[in-house]
Amino acid sequence: MPSDLALSQAARPQQPQADRAAERAERAQLKSRLRRAERMKQLKAFGLIAPLLLFLLITFVVPIADMMLRSVHDTDLSEVWPRTTAAIEQWEDRTQLPPEPVYAAIAQDMKDSRANRTIAQAARRLNYDANGARTFVMGTARRLPDTAESWKSTMIDIDEAWGEIDTFGAIARASGPFTSFYLLNAIDLEKTATGEIVSAPEQEAVYVDIFTRTFVISMTVTLICALLGFPVAYLLANLPPKIANVMMILVLLPFWTSLLVRTAAWVVLLQEQGLVNDALIFTGILDEPVRLIYNRIGVYIAMVHILLPFMILPLYSVMKGIKPVYMKAATSLGAPPTTAFLRVYLPQTIPGLSAGGLLVFIISIGYYITPALVGGAADQMISYFIAFYTSDTVNWGMASALGAVLLVATMILYGVYNRLIGADKMRLG
Amino acid sequence: MAGTQAPLVAFEGVQKTYDGETIVVKDLNLDIEKGEFLTMLGPSGSGKTTSLMMLAGFENPTHGDIRLGGRSLKDTPPHKRDIGMVFQNYALFPHMTVEENVAFPLKVRKASKSEQVDRARKALDMVQLGGLGKRRPGQLSGGQQQRVALARALVFEPQIVLMDEPLGALDKQLREHMQLEIKHIHESLGVTVVYVTHDQSEALTMSDRIAVFNDGIIQQLDSPSGLYESPQNSFVAHFIGENNILNGTVESIDGGECAVRLENGERIIAQAVNVDGPGSRTSLSFRPERVEIEDVEDHHDNALKARVAETIYMGDHVRIRMNVAGNDDFMVKMRFRSNRRPPAAGEEMYVSFAPKDCLALDPVAA
Repeated sequence: MPSDLALSQAARPQQPQADRAAERAERAQLKSRLRRAERMKQLKAFGLIAPLLLFLLITFVVPIADMMLRSVHDTDLSEVWPRTTAAIEQWEDRTQLPPEPVYAAIAQDMKDSRANRTIAQAARRLNYDANGARTFVMGTARRLPDTAESWKSTMIDIDEAWGEIDTFGAIARASGPFTSFYLLNAIDLEKTATGEIVSAPEQEAVYVDIFTRTFVISMTVTLICALLGFPVAYLLANLPPKIANVMMILVLLPFWTSLLVRTAAWVVLLQEQGLVNDALIFTGILDEPVRLIYNRIGVYIAMVHILLPFMILPLYSVMKGIKPVYMKAATSLGAPPTTAFLRVYLPQTIPGLSAGGLLVFIISIGYYITPALVGGAADQMISYFIAFYTSDTVNWGMASALGAVLLVATMILYGVYNRLIGADKMRLG
Repeated sequence: MAGTQAPLVAFEGVQKTYDGETIVVKDLNLDIEKGEFLTMLGPSGSGKTTSLMMLAGFENPTHGDIRLGGRSLKDTPPHKRDIGMVFQNYALFPHMTVEENVAFPLKVRKASKSEQVDRARKALDMVQLGGLGKRRPGQLSGGQQQRVALARALVFEPQIVLMDEPLGALDKQLREHMQLEIKHIHESLGVTVVYVTHDQSEALTMSDRIAVFNDGIIQQLDSPSGLYESPQNSFVAHFIGENNILNGTVESIDGGECAVRLENGERIIAQAVNVDGPGSRTSLSFRPERVEIEDVEDHHDNALKARVAETIYMGDHVRIRMNVAGNDDFMVKMRFRSNRRPPAAGEEMYVSFAPKDCLALDPVAA
């Protein structure tokens, strides 16, 4: 017996070590087996979501990236006036007119691009920055002699714009390949020839106002939707299912009609000889028709009508989960009905309110058709101008810059919102 | 029990119907004394919860009046009744911490901040949850949530605390533990408790008095032992504790006792509790533990023939299922005694009773 004991004691220190090594090996083997078993599963899962991923990449991620790029990428001028964009770098003292080689390069480029019929592209790009550039570029190009002693004096003789520093500032800013011109412009700033950033002249500074207007309209619409949607959602959540279902269909009805049709219907209803005005006059509430359309009121009415379901649905889904016993408990504990509502019911609807609010707000920000149809000139939102630059003037740089600023501003607002309410508290359905 | 002072709560001829057709509570008359633990016991749909809700103010009586401290509650909204309530599924506010939940009644009563914190903490200590004040209800177990609900209903020192099946969602062991805890809290605070349950053992464990509800009326209002020992009708006998029933006809009544002829012709002397008179039908009620098993050769007078159907070993006692006077399901509880072996299936024997353990009650529809 004693020898057995001694043996086992002596063997003990090594035994666990050998054991541990074997255990480690076994565990490693187990892990690799698990990985192998899981790999097939993961591949299958990835295969299932791959089409959607690809779709999102092509239709969402790539266009946004392209748009962001376009707002800073600027090759319109360098494509057709390569000599000019190279030569403008020789212009060092930007408080003086540039030296002769710059003029020579411009003249050569003008002649070439006129022959190639690409001069319009350069003229258009310069016109974004310098007013009247299109006219003096085209005019000068037509009247340029074959040779000249001094291109500088010749060009200034043809059009005095060539004697202004700002003209060359515009050329320098447009010479690419990257520019801050569009982005600065989108927030009513500009760069002078010497590189300082200053506010744009008053008649050009419109975008900050339009952005502000976009956010004000969106917030107002969100607020009205919350105020109108809350009681409706409450009713829906607390009515017997039979009636609630019918009401739900009424709430969803606008969803099933085209946005254009609904907006057009508002035009019919709200105009001065429209149903609403007629009814108000007929019932004696008004003596003469009020203007309900082509102004802010029309925009609010039409947008709230369209966006209301986006507020009601998340609210409804949250309210459905709030048991009536909470209100009973609050009253039994001594809270009058108003207090019980404010302290107990309302806080529990926050996830729905915040989800609905975010939905309505985000959708509102991008609204285009409705304000365009029922709003006046002072009610157009930023999307209108993005569309204008995209399709009317084909100034994609400016359209992209406005889009990028809108995206960033929305992200910042979302960040603030997230800090205040918390995205994790949100419930979309 | 019934003191000389006015009762704290008085239901006076209260009637309630929801749809104008079925009457959920019929002519309820009930006095609740200050400081007592009264349980409303009954099967679902018996009107006990409706009665509680009328007291809390969430339902209005269709007829009659409820008085609290002598004042009619007719025009007092629920939040002014000063009645604490514990709900079946706790109803803790999920968006508040435990502490905020408990402080809620104080907050709506505009108590000072320091008083709120102080009293909430004391209430939480009382239910042994001192350290969990900062948690959310969702992070607590069912038993802990129940304690929070209890603390919340007691923290503002209401005149009465109502509890609507508060332990229904807990498992058996925790439920039994909480029963004792609630009972101790009641004893130490002296608060009046009105408790609703369908679990008779819960009612027996905790209550000073139990009101047994069925069909919208109180079948019997008595102490736990009163209900068990001397049920006034077959419903109560059947609902409280275990019970064997034999049907028969009253032959004669002599003082408190009556002779009953069973359906198989055997005759037995029983205590006349709820019988109409000679010739009327009656149901006899026997408690399984009050039945004596005797051998055929040596049995008492008041005895019935029985055949053992099976014996079930229960550890501390043996349950014997017998056929007695045509009833196949006659249960007898027999404690282990060293000098007696449990009978085997098929054995013929006698069961005998003292007349006071055999109650003649209103007939049960077979």
